[in-house]
Amino acid sequence: MKHVLVIGGGVAGMEASVRLSQMGYAVSIVEQSDKLGGKLNRWHSLSPDNSNASDLLGKLKSQIHQGIHKHLNTEVLSVIKNKLHFVVGLSDGTDLKTDAILVSTGFDVFDAQKKEEYGYGIYDNVITSADLEQIFRDEDELKTTSGTAPKRIGIIHCVGSRDEKAGHTYCSQVCCITAVKQAIEIKEHLPDSEVFCFYMDLRMFGRKFEDIYRDAQVKHGIQFIRGRLSEAFENPDGSVMLKAEDTLLGKPLKMNVDKVILMVGMIASAKTKKIKELLNLQIEDDGFYSIADTHYESTKSSVPGIFVAGACTGPKTIENTINDARAAAIQISEYLKQ
Amino acid sequence: MYQFDWFVLPFAVGLIYLMIALFVTYARWIKNLPENERKKVRSGLFSIKSIFAVKEVFLESLLHRKVFKVNPLLGYMHMSLAFGWFLLILFGNWECRIFYHGHLSPPYIPIFFRYFNPHPETFVYERFFALLMDITLLVVLSGVLLAWTKRMYSRFFGMKKTTVLKPGDKLALTALWVIFPFRFLAESFTSANFGGGHFLTGSAGTFFANFLPTQYLAYPAWWAYSFALGLFFVSLPYSRYMHIPTEIVLIFLRNYGVSEKKKFSTFTKVEINSCSRCGVCIDQCQLTNADIKDVQSVYFVQSVRNNNVNSEKSLNCLMCGRCDAICPVGIDIASIRQASRYHQSIQKENSFSYINDLGVKMADVIFFAGCMTHLQPTILKSMVTLLKASGECYWFMDEVSGICCGRPMMLAGKEAQARELIAKNKAMIVASGAKTFVTSCPICYKVFNEEYDLGIEVLHHSEYLLRLVEDGKIELTSQHQKAVYHDPCELGRGSGIYNQPRELLAYSLKLQSVSQEARQGLCCGGSLANIKINNTDRKKITYEAINLLTENNPDLLVTGCPLCKKAFAQLSPIPVLDISEVVSMSLVQKKYYVEMDEGYQSAKHVESFAEIQA
Repeated sequence: MKHVLVIGGGVAGMEASVRLSQMGYAVSIVEQSDKLGGKLNRWHSLSPDNSNASDLLGKLKSQIHQGIHKHLNTEVLSVIKNKLHFVVGLSDGTDLKTDAILVSTGFDVFDAQKKEEYGYGIYDNVITSADLEQIFRDEDELKTTSGTAPKRIGIIHCVGSRDEKAGHTYCSQVCCITAVKQAIEIKEHLPDSEVFCFYMDLRMFGRKFEDIYRDAQVKHGIQFIRGRLSEAFENPDGSVMLKAEDTLLGKPLKMNVDKVILMVGMIASAKTKKIKELLNLQIEDDGFYSIADTHYESTKSSVPGIFVAGACTGPKTIENTINDARAAAIQISEYLKQ
Repeated sequence: MYQFDWFVLPFAVGLIYLMIALFVTYARWIKNLPENERKKVRSGLFSIKSIFAVKEVFLESLLHRKVFKVNPLLGYMHMSLAFGWFLLILFGNWECRIFYHGHLSPPYIPIFFRYFNPHPETFVYERFFALLMDITLLVVLSGVLLAWTKRMYSRFFGMKKTTVLKPGDKLALTALWVIFPFRFLAESFTSANFGGGHFLTGSAGTFFANFLPTQYLAYPAWWAYSFALGLFFVSLPYSRYMHIPTEIVLIFLRNYGVSEKKKFSTFTKVEINSCSRCGVCIDQCQLTNADIKDVQSVYFVQSVRNNNVNSEKSLNCLMCGRCDAICPVGIDIASIRQASRYHQSIQKENSFSYINDLGVKMADVIFFAGCMTHLQPTILKSMVTLLKASGECYWFMDEVSGICCGRPMMLAGKEAQARELIAKNKAMIVASGAKTFVTSCPICYKVFNEEYDLGIEVLHHSEYLLRLVEDGKIELTSQHQKAVYHDPCELGRGSGIYNQPRELLAYSLKLQSVSQEARQGLCCGGSLANIKINNTDRKKITYEAINLLTENNPDLLVTGCPLCKKAFAQLSPIPVLDISEVVSMSLVQKKYYVEMDEGYQSAKHVESFAEIQA
């Protein structure tokens, strides 16, 4: 029975493991944290259907059966390739012989402190989209630091994405729809609040995305201002003054809001860099793994026998991550049958 | 009647041509100086300033002291050629005077003395001068040898790159390279035929006589020597060797107080013609870290001289001033580059008429953060904390909205626009009645200090905070972290403030020094003066600068400029703080950066010094 090692137990890693196992391969997952599920563990609800992140996570987990060997709290320490196998040394002391490797090391959330001018970590009323999901997940209310419900909320798009100075020129794909989703959720929680989204342009590429954006404006009265935030400034009362340019009006704009939510993008994970060294994989300028062919072999890496899936090859929605994982399973199976 | 031979003609003609050319050129330049500058020259001429100038000419034009400091081998090369040649002329004239019993002789006589008087047995000092001249000639020849080597292997001189030559330079360079070998040969052959000479030319003459028909070779060698001299003199005004006489003019003018202006002036001509194109500025330029190789000051100055400055040479420059700091001739390159930007840009007026006044508050102290500090909220918070703690009556002038200080406009060559902003800001500052103006941005500081003419003191926040500490208005606690202070270009080389930030930091931190600091301080790469460079190249410069700054493993990198902080914070493996943050942290516990994730991942915020790993 041929063996596949999956590095990274997030959405892509879990789904690929399940599929490979169904195809009759022995599968081991290496996961650095104490549980499977990756970033999905921290999310509350998913676009475009507002389904519960925990439901999807439950579905994925329910398929992980006894036959799939899990190494939690484990790191890959060494990889040696001989003629037939990869010999992989793990931090839990196991030495694995494997016929193929799937790398699904996912992404890291952009560290908003790098945009110091937005005040994350400095101004108490500035949070990120990930923080807001956590609040919703914990069934907390969105509150200002003085404990009151915010009357005005500013949502800032493209934080760390499409930003040459932050070092990430690409679009992170999911933040625009997440902003719209979170804006609607805020309005549902706090119907009296005003929500303003500051965007460069809105990338509503997915099915139903545009409809949700329309609903946000028509049904929920969320206001969209085209203009990138230049800087945030904390008022003595803890509210935050946003400075931007309304590029549709062609005028500078100042606005006081009680809470700021930064739509942090996806960047190549620190793990991606580490695994790249161990496996001799190639990465591109954006930090994500290179793939053999953009259209046809999107899950094949630059090294034979090593495959890649999910957000480690660039920002992806969960839908695309799951499809990518299945595609990888098929590609691995083709490779192993050769 | 003095001795004469036709072979002296190339030398004599060349010398006369050079004298006329130099006289005409310099007379025209000095005539074209503005009246007030000419006045400075007139009043300086018979003052102590001239003596300082003579001293400087001796130290720099002859001994090349500054080149020695940068690079001893390169310094020796320049000194052996310049001072050696000078001594040859001096000793030659001395010998002539004694020989001819004090009578003046035409200039060619000392130069070709050995031809006319190969071995004057009646001359009492013959042996002494033969030795002296041989020693001096040997020194010059060693310089020529080094010059040849440098052309071929610049790395021997610790230089990564040397300059590229023009045709006029090549002609003059070739002439210069052969002058002294020809003199050596001519004197050696003559010595072989008639005796005379000493350990060098005498021995060489004996040696050559063994296998060469020296009786036929001596005369052509003297012709060759004279011709090489003549050729060098004629080509000098059209080559880089124009720097030899012009540097002397520059030193005198500079000592009289003549300086660069906002536009090109005749002083600019003196400066650019004083450039010897030694190329010391090339290695000093941090743009070479990003593989940008054709805009360095030596090439820029050359393009000004050839009247073909392009926007790349003018604008692809960080204006950090590191080349100014190291230039052995002391050319004010940054000002020339700034003037070239002025000439290249389109000057418009009244473009900021829409800006409203901010509303003036009466105060003793004005704090002006500037746009770059506004992008660094931790600096703002620290400054407000400290100003409040000091109990001073202050006005945070650009707290909510502000008017640009004008420096970015100036750096882009937009003088008229900058003036408009300056006028608006100045009116408010004057109206507030403040006695002290403080800014946390060195870029703003430079322009407020130099262009506003406020009539009140303008301080960088490091100076102001140091005063608060010294006056006991704020009190700091000592911490155990090791820190490196990075000199921002606009504050250090730009405004001469090196010590105050260090004195201030010494109250709370243990300061380490690094190899490149103070006048040799590094540019962070963030400079807004360069409007050509891309972000990837900027990062290469920043990355290299961080590597050098952290060479002794400090716990903290401290700077006094919000732009430097922003550039470093992106790539630094250790926390980067502004000086005000350090002071504020030593005063009251605040939130700060610390601890890096691996690689380029950014630092995390912590609550106090206690969390910074020492």
